[in-house]
Amino acid sequence: MKTARQRTTIIAAASLAISMAACILLLRHIDRLRPQTSIEDVLYINSPKTIKRASLGFDGLMACIYWTRTVQYFGHRHFDYAHTYNELAPLLEITTTLDPHLLPAYQFGASFLAPKPPGGAGQPERAIQLMEYGIQNNPDNWQLYYNLGFVYYTELKDYRKASEVFERGSNVPNAHPFMKILAAQMAMHAGDFTTARMLWSATYETAREATIRQNAVEHLRAIQVDEDVTHLEALFTEFNQRNGRPPASMAELVAAAHLKGIPVDPDGDAYKLTPDGRVLVETPDDFPFITKGLPPGYKPGPPKFHSHS
Amino acid sequence: MSPRIAYIAANTFREAVRDRVLYNLIAFTLLLSGAAIFVGQISIDIERLVVINLGLTAVSLFGVVIAIFIGIGLVSKEIEKRTLYTVLSRPVRRWEFIVGKFFGLAGTLVVNTFFMAIGVFGALLYVTHKFSKPDALILVALYFIILEFLVICSLALLFSSFSSPLLSAVFAFSLFVIGSFADDLRGFAGMAHGLTRWVATGAAYLVPNFSALNVISAVAHQQPMSSQLILQNTLYALFYSAMALSGAVLIFERRNLK
Amino acid sequence: MAAIEILGLEKTYMVGFWRKRPKRALQPLHLAVDEGEIFGFLGPNGAGKTTTLKMLMGLVFPTAGTARILGHAWTDPEVKAQIGFLPEQPYFYDYLTAHELLDYYGQLSGVPGKDRKRRIEEVLQRVGLTDIKGVQLRKFSKGMLQRAGIAQAILHNPKLVFFDEPMSGLDPLGRREVRDLMEQLKQEGKTVFFSTHILSDAEALCDRVAIIHQGELRGIGAVADLTATVQGKVEVIWQGTQVPASMKALGAECHITGDTVRAVIPESQQDAAIDALRRERIRLIALTPLRTSLEAYFVEKLQHTESATEKTLGTAV
Repeated sequence: MKTARQRTTIIAAASLAISMAACILLLRHIDRLRPQTSIEDVLYINSPKTIKRASLGFDGLMACIYWTRTVQYFGHRHFDYAHTYNELAPLLEITTTLDPHLLPAYQFGASFLAPKPPGGAGQPERAIQLMEYGIQNNPDNWQLYYNLGFVYYTELKDYRKASEVFERGSNVPNAHPFMKILAAQMAMHAGDFTTARMLWSATYETAREATIRQNAVEHLRAIQVDEDVTHLEALFTEFNQRNGRPPASMAELVAAAHLKGIPVDPDGDAYKLTPDGRVLVETPDDFPFITKGLPPGYKPGPPKFHSHS
Repeated sequence: MSPRIAYIAANTFREAVRDRVLYNLIAFTLLLSGAAIFVGQISIDIERLVVINLGLTAVSLFGVVIAIFIGIGLVSKEIEKRTLYTVLSRPVRRWEFIVGKFFGLAGTLVVNTFFMAIGVFGALLYVTHKFSKPDALILVALYFIILEFLVICSLALLFSSFSSPLLSAVFAFSLFVIGSFADDLRGFAGMAHGLTRWVATGAAYLVPNFSALNVISAVAHQQPMSSQLILQNTLYALFYSAMALSGAVLIFERRNLK
Repeated sequence: MAAIEILGLEKTYMVGFWRKRPKRALQPLHLAVDEGEIFGFLGPNGAGKTTTLKMLMGLVFPTAGTARILGHAWTDPEVKAQIGFLPEQPYFYDYLTAHELLDYYGQLSGVPGKDRKRRIEEVLQRVGLTDIKGVQLRKFSKGMLQRAGIAQAILHNPKLVFFDEPMSGLDPLGRREVRDLMEQLKQEGKTVFFSTHILSDAEALCDRVAIIHQGELRGIGAVADLTATVQGKVEVIWQGTQVPASMKALGAECHITGDTVRAVIPESQQDAAIDALRRERIRLIALTPLRTSLEAYFVEKLQHTESATEKTLGTAV
């Protein structure tokens, strides 16, 4: 015979289990109905100062929370092949207002605020503002100068300014030696592949955040392709001039130029040679940032991020 | 369903009233009137925003504080003061006691919120001089705030069933803060790996999701609310309260009263 | 039918902070109380009386054993409608008035509306709180609270009433009133079970008593029987201040008080003593068989097993 107490215990335990399960299921449902959750504040309260006041002094913690939201926001949208990142700038501004010393935020801004969509928000001026704000608040940090110069170089193509910035940065105590080198490179050989490669390698070396590193790797791969294609097309022109006719195939060009073998792209696929002298990559979609080696009328598909180490 | 639950609920409400809880309405009214008058005078074009944001935030915060401060004592005070002896020597089941207390406390908060709602609408009328259709959304926000209260009450009651009032207050308040950042917690969990991910995900789902119930900003900016969302949030709040209350019942049923 | 049957209820607490050790608050108790009697549950403080009561009320859960109340399992919630309980030093919701408290408790006990109003008035009158029924309980004195406690215990006309130290903190008048009330309850056919450490009350009121000490039942029986054990002595009181030599010869212990002498002699010497007094022409005032008082029985029961406990104390807790 069950006592009343045993009955109650069984019912209560069952109720507990069922409610818990229901809560979890409902929560997942609700999450799907509210995709904009983490950035709601940003949509409505664009002023970083307001958020700083609302933090009641717990700025550091709020900065961490906003930083996490920023990374997630960008990651999600990038994954969904979005073409606008309107909230990225406010999120970064809020994060850095709450904690001006949160250095990863500046690097993130340099990598993803400046570039054009879909790779970034396409707002280089705001990126520059952000970097300048960072430098103001962290005058002893050479990396911020690096980030600023980076923006001038990659997006605004203002090589003179880039060089100035790298020079300023190189004067900061404990600056990395490559700052001086980059300053010099900017001044003289701004458009060179070597310079670009140096820059992106530097980003890769100094970044700890996964998205930034991956971005750098893709750029390095693109530089390789651009370099290869430029070189091969130059060889083609040379062959044409010397022999009065275009090479019949890639193999002939390779033999004539005494290359070691059929040239391959960083993925290992061979470059294709068209009759009119263009060199093309096998799968342009795998190289988001190349400017050469693309077939005519090529429309880029959604950006893909490979996992390279 | 025995009427005893209703009797206990009514007595709990009476206790709250006699404990002068409703005096908080005075502080609330002063705050809101002051804000409304101030904002109305300086005319900065966001009067409506200020009144709604401030009003609803105050309703929410005042209510949470009351819920916690009364809730934590609901069971532990009765055990400490031994007023429970003569109650439990009657045909009252222990679970009826818990459920009755819950409804009493929730009822107190609903009544409190009702009066506060009048205050908010009054202040709104003062600064905008007329109501517009989107103002009905304020009622949705208030409804969600009441759902929040149900969850907080059930949690306070849960802690009260086994813990001292001070600890219960700490736990309940912590859960309120963490629950307000529940979205971020789930985000963190999604970015973690291995065992941490499991633990964080578990915690993120068990913590009361107050961030979903906090629609104050949205309402202030006149964003519409889908009825699906309203329904799901209602169910969530009800199930969560049921969960916490079941826990309270399980604990209280086994408690030896010294 | 037995009103209460305690079948081996026991309670062991685990005490200590880190390494919990068992502490036996109540050894397995076997006890039965008949309907219609006033039963006293006696013992010094800390004996386990309150523990037993709390277990019967379902406030504390026994480590082992069961009980039956009015034929039902003691955990049956419905049986609570037929019992009343007055805890030791009761506390009530101090924001309620006496009237409101009784109304609330009446609701919880399932007394229907109309009856409730009537019963409340009756009960308030009975305990003498009618005048202050509208005063909040926080303003009540100890005696008034005790009366309110009694009121709530009998409000719903229960068949069985439990009192835990009902006289504690009352002045002599209050105690008299409570005693009278318990007598009345018995006359109404109710069963009263009360615990106390005041033996004179028990002696005066109870039909049967049980003695408990250190969690163990030491003795149980009808008061009349327990105190009937004549010690085999008689008390002789005579006028005057002289003690006849013959009395002394009988081995009497004599006390002289004012103008009377009181002597205690063995029963067998009773006749010889009367003869002695007559011979000396001393006026006999009284000749009374000495009865064991409950107190003596009580103390004896406590001591008896105390020496036994002392022997085992070295190896125990």
